[in-house]
Amino acid sequence: MPFIPHTDEDLAAMLQVIGVAGIDELFDEIPAALRVNGLPAVLPGMSEAAVVRLMSGRAARNVDSLCFLGAGAYEHHIPAAVWELATRGEFYSAYTPYQAEASQGTLQLIYEYQSMLAGLVDLDVSNASLYDGATAFAEACLMAVRASRNRNSRRVLVARYLHPLWRRAAEALLRGQAVELVELPAADGRTDPGALANIDARDFAAVCLPWPNFLGGLEPVDELTDWAHSHDLLVIAVCNPVALGLLKPPGKWGAQGADIACGEGQPLGIPLAPGGPYFGFMACRQALVRQMPGRIVGQTLDIEGRRGFTLTLQAREQHIRRSKATSNICTNQGLMVTAATIHLCLLGSEGLRRVAAQCHANTRSLVAALTSIDGVELRFAPFFHEAVLILPQPVATVLAGLAASGILGGYDLGADFPELGRALLVCATELRTAEDIEAYRRTLAGLPGMAVAA
Amino acid sequence: MKREDLIFEQSRPGRRASTHAPATLAAIDDLPAGVLRQTPPPLPEVSELQVVRHFTRLSQLNFSIDTHFYPLGSCTMKYNPRVSNTLAMLPGFLARHPLEPDSHAQGVLESLFELQELLKAVTGMSGVSLTPMAGAQGEFAGIAMIRAWHLARGDTQRTQIIVPDAAHGTNPATASMCGCEAIEIPTGPDGDVDLDALRRAVGPKTAGIMLTNPSTLGVFERRISEIAEIVHAAGGLLYYDGANLNAILGRALPAGMGFDVVHINLHKTFSTPHGGGGPGAGIVAVNQRLEPFLPIPMVGKRDGAYVWLTEADRPQTIGRLSGFMGNTGILLRAYVYMRLLGAEGMRRVSGYATLNANYLSTRLAAPGFAIAYPRRRASHEFIISLKDIARDTGATAMDFAKALLDRGFHAPTTYFPLLVPECLLIEPTETETRQELDAFVQALCAIRDLAISDVGELKRAPQTTPVRRLDDVRAARQLDLVWQNRAGTAN
Repeated sequence: MPFIPHTDEDLAAMLQVIGVAGIDELFDEIPAALRVNGLPAVLPGMSEAAVVRLMSGRAARNVDSLCFLGAGAYEHHIPAAVWELATRGEFYSAYTPYQAEASQGTLQLIYEYQSMLAGLVDLDVSNASLYDGATAFAEACLMAVRASRNRNSRRVLVARYLHPLWRRAAEALLRGQAVELVELPAADGRTDPGALANIDARDFAAVCLPWPNFLGGLEPVDELTDWAHSHDLLVIAVCNPVALGLLKPPGKWGAQGADIACGEGQPLGIPLAPGGPYFGFMACRQALVRQMPGRIVGQTLDIEGRRGFTLTLQAREQHIRRSKATSNICTNQGLMVTAATIHLCLLGSEGLRRVAAQCHANTRSLVAALTSIDGVELRFAPFFHEAVLILPQPVATVLAGLAASGILGGYDLGADFPELGRALLVCATELRTAEDIEAYRRTLAGLPGMAVAA
Repeated sequence: MKREDLIFEQSRPGRRASTHAPATLAAIDDLPAGVLRQTPPPLPEVSELQVVRHFTRLSQLNFSIDTHFYPLGSCTMKYNPRVSNTLAMLPGFLARHPLEPDSHAQGVLESLFELQELLKAVTGMSGVSLTPMAGAQGEFAGIAMIRAWHLARGDTQRTQIIVPDAAHGTNPATASMCGCEAIEIPTGPDGDVDLDALRRAVGPKTAGIMLTNPSTLGVFERRISEIAEIVHAAGGLLYYDGANLNAILGRALPAGMGFDVVHINLHKTFSTPHGGGGPGAGIVAVNQRLEPFLPIPMVGKRDGAYVWLTEADRPQTIGRLSGFMGNTGILLRAYVYMRLLGAEGMRRVSGYATLNANYLSTRLAAPGFAIAYPRRRASHEFIISLKDIARDTGATAMDFAKALLDRGFHAPTTYFPLLVPECLLIEPTETETRQELDAFVQALCAIRDLAISDVGELKRAPQTTPVRRLDDVRAARQLDLVWQNRAGTAN
């Protein structure tokens, strides 16, 4: 029997101790009308060897490509040690660290993670993770509404070029509490500071600024942060953690810095693995910590005065506060944070900075190569590691042609942002080589209807 | 006793010993100075060996299923098969970008489609969405669907969610997240829901009820069909919290009990890892009336190929709950587990989980431990109350929990559910041997003997763990959430 260790002798002895004739008798409190006799629609079990063969076949049936697609999920190098360590049974098969003395490994790791993450965004405190970037963004909006000085407002201003899928997820998650997202006017691929004068800031709790934004562009964060603070709005930074190796951290935006930072942790050692599991991160100023959702680890002392770590501020959480909790989140993305913490240690600050700079440089090279083709133009600059190209052909057709040649060419912006025209979002991480970029250029140039470059 | 310095304390400025970043800093001359970071983030500067050693040592400070019996009630800490992890981590699964064309991911989509079908079979429901990323998000999806169903019928006043007092804290918290009000109803002395209280609670504002069955008290709610009638007659719907599905797998179906929507914690019943606090997966299954509202994306089949279904295909959906598809890698692990087990294996899961719980409960009752519901059949878990021992000796449930750690057992769940004083909620799961259960009984008896003979010594537990009892008050009052002594780590 898979994973069930009982011998016939064990079973007989145990039934005798309980005083029943067979296992089925243990279900005698389930009304007879509700009992079912098995699961006819489920196939018989398989041996491990047979399942290995089945799944290896399916893994092989997927089609690998050269990836120039980002749009919220990025292919970076992941050191072999990251997942070798993260999947050690002592991390992999442990529960949430409620019994602190039996969970010091997980707790110390989360404390180290909180320290690194808070340092990366340059804010005071971090939680132990949320589900993903989209839910972290939604939770940040809820947190800002709870903490806002504009007490009556349940509306949050959002930059137009925030991830469109995150935006939709947040709308689904915020609908029940009647929190509304309102878009800031944009111009030239980023928020238009000139339009702020027309906004009545008293109607809003916070402003959300992506860094970099969905188009790879750099928002005027200093100006927007100062405007928001001068109107008692909180500032939520939605940032890419790799970019922060190079770009100004939210804690340094404007005169006072952002109040909350959140984002998608996937670029920190998490495989693309079709969409998840990833993890969301969240950090904030000390003054807001009691409004933060999710678990938080703190350092304390044991009865002998030695350093130890424990879950703290649990009075915010659902298992204590129930309907008054800051969120319903319980299980978070612990194993992903384990991987990300190891990943950050292996890179160090100089390593992270170099990865970020290389992503930027490779995307510049990609843009230079592709815009050498007649009719392909760069739309906005500067950019970090994604850029918008305008194509002379319908983007969907081009992407299909590239995919047929083994290239994931990028993200078609047309449906979400029609004002951009035939716009393609491309990305080259540190993993893309000059040869990869040349392969993209050659393939694109050779597609029907594309002018051949010199 | 084992301990490990913080990684920051092992850091030395300028130490570089990895091959994971580019050898040089690429040009960033086109970026304006105003957007750049001025001081590097305070990450440790350590060698790869230091990293490997540090995290290996940290792992060794944990209790885990792989190292210890872990009878944590309500959490289903069963063996997590290694092959589930190995197969979900195949490069052909990991290298998939979530926005690639569906035609590139047919191996993934076929597995997820079949997982949807398997989950319909074990719940009796007609529609499944795999996207919720944990139980609490499955609850959110369920209540949001119930709200959407009422609203689609023009019934706008149904904003109350009835929750038994024994429920997980996520249930009332979820009601609040969905903009509903949680109405708590009491449990009767036999552990079943108080039907008179339920009748008084339902009305024109009732959106639905959230129930766990078997309940968190470790007993099967016998009058579930009557509950369904009462709630449905009042115009509400029934939500099944699948936290305890391990107890009835292949024995009873949530759909058959009258539930309209169910979430399942795949990290409990289908043995995906708990990972020190996730990631989980909280899939939702519904009957026909709620199908149009399921969260997206879902996996469908069109012209012989598998496809992701989105807003365009599912116009009445409650929407997306994640940036992409939820915790897909966890879903693959659950799929592998379900294929290994098959129909008969799943029925054995509930059978042996219930056998182990009833055996352990009987073995503990014999030497006089107070079973909370002694006249009821235990499900896959049960509660003992140490109220009398606490009164007589001063030894609390928490003392017992800590003393178990010294004897090599992870503690059961303590002080939950809230209505049983000084309680331990014990869930052995089907993957433990009879010999392990016997050793656990011996340990609890020895601890009780110690409570009687020398409660002061008992209160000194744990003594063998990396740290001893921690000062939780200090942790909350003198908040220390990040390492502050950053000198020497930044260059």
